[in-house]
Amino acid sequence: MGDLSPGFHGKSHAFAGRLPPGQYPTESFPVLSAGPTPDIPTGRWSFTLTGEAGESRSWSWDEMMALPQEEPTVDIHCVTRWSKFDTRWRGVPLDVFLDAMETAADFVVAESFDGYTTNLPLEDVTDGKAWLAHSFDGFALSPDHGGPARLVIPHLYFWKSAKWVKGLRLTLDNEPGFWESAGYHDYGDPWREQRYWSD
Amino acid sequence: MTEHPLYVDGNALAGPLGEVFAVDPTTAWRLCPSCRLPATLAQLHVYGPEPGLTARCPGCAAIALRIVTQPEYLWLQLGGGAGAFRFTLPAVAPDVRRP
Amino acid sequence: MHGWRRARLTERTKQTATGRTLTFEVPHWPGHLPGQHVDVRLTADDGYQAVRSYSLAAPAGAGGDRIELGVQATFGGEVSPYLADDLPVGAEVEVMGPLGGWFVRTPQDRGPLLLIAGGSGVVPVMAMLRARAASASGDPCVLLYSVRAPDEVWYATELDAVAEGVRVRLLYTRTAPEGSRRPAGRITADDLLGMPPPTDTHCYVCGPTAFVEHAGELLLAAGYGPDRIRTERFG
Repeated sequence: MGDLSPGFHGKSHAFAGRLPPGQYPTESFPVLSAGPTPDIPTGRWSFTLTGEAGESRSWSWDEMMALPQEEPTVDIHCVTRWSKFDTRWRGVPLDVFLDAMETAADFVVAESFDGYTTNLPLEDVTDGKAWLAHSFDGFALSPDHGGPARLVIPHLYFWKSAKWVKGLRLTLDNEPGFWESAGYHDYGDPWREQRYWSD
Repeated sequence: MTEHPLYVDGNALAGPLGEVFAVDPTTAWRLCPSCRLPATLAQLHVYGPEPGLTARCPGCAAIALRIVTQPEYLWLQLGGGAGAFRFTLPAVAPDVRRP
Repeated sequence: MHGWRRARLTERTKQTATGRTLTFEVPHWPGHLPGQHVDVRLTADDGYQAVRSYSLAAPAGAGGDRIELGVQATFGGEVSPYLADDLPVGAEVEVMGPLGGWFVRTPQDRGPLLLIAGGSGVVPVMAMLRARAASASGDPCVLLYSVRAPDEVWYATELDAVAEGVRVRLLYTRTAPEGSRRPAGRITADDLLGMPPPTDTHCYVCGPTAFVEHAGELLLAAGYGPDRIRTERFG
């Protein structure tokens, strides 16, 4: 490799302890898209939790906004190698929704208005590790970043933090999502560099 | 940073798909099962390139195919469902001649 | 089918403040059609690779094993600023191609040609224009070339001196040169007046996505058939 494209380094470099392997820090907030940006007025927005037996519970925008809110400041890591430090969000911890339903499920599938899905172990979205976020940096979350509301699960690669999320479906079995079924890692821990299926 | 997600034409798929197709795939026709619009692969709207290429019908945005390229593998998923094919890419392409 | 080939940078020509023409020598290059592109792959010391597509500017046969790529450096980009300014002359990258069989003009294609380009989208249609200028064809050929300002015109000298039968009309969107009759602004239906007729003209449109969408709508409204319009959006 050494004799090809001399002086090309890509964009990686060290921020000891804070930057997972293979990542570079960025000040900007890149937008990655797999399709057109859906337009979801908050008046037509709802968030639905579906149990493994099919029972469901929904929250309207106003009901969601009336739930207990938190303001996490977290580092986020995208599988496309950028990391962004100290991102400020406001939203509802997923525990608040999940506490509303008894379940025997071990997994959850996040589903979005544009058809996107991503799968997660249930234990990774409980105990204050994940949020339904509607504000970023003090402002309403913009549509290109997943507004009106998206998941924020900072300890996993950011494709797990589904944009335009419309609900969580509890499952007994693990069901690979949009990228997980096309080569990306099932779990996606940036610190173990779990980018691809075989990592 | 742009406000709108941009897409390119399916022409851009010629390279990645050329790794696994023997015939130029960009002139292949597809009849969209959702909206019945016929389009060549070159006319699909392609989002990406990262974390993967998502090619959609130019009429109704239904997913036609997805491609994820890794250092050693190319994943190809036809349609919107699951069940991607994983192709192993040659370690060193035969045309690469070291001086 | 294609495989990666080594390509050695032999020449870099400045076209605009951020636009460059790069000439590479690619042993055993099989030739290509006007409108085709290549994928360029860069490899960092740690093995990390990045791949991007670039249009081929010169027509096939122009230079044997030499190919000419147009590169527009985008601010903050990972690949284009490196290719535009940092890759040393004499150094190698890898290319795959020629690629694409849809946005092409083959030597067998006949009839009037309407080329519409926005910014660096001129690169692949320039290959078509050059092929037409080098041919004995008497078919009309027009290039409508939209740029922000006079200093953003690629191939300025060459476009001033195109062959007979080839017309070039520059459309300035922000700053028009002094004395120009057309006020600065994006392409409109009026700009299509006097173009080769919709009946048998083939249209090729290349540029940023929003530009291609807009020009495509104007062509359809002017009666050009969707089966005669081919597009190349580059984001």
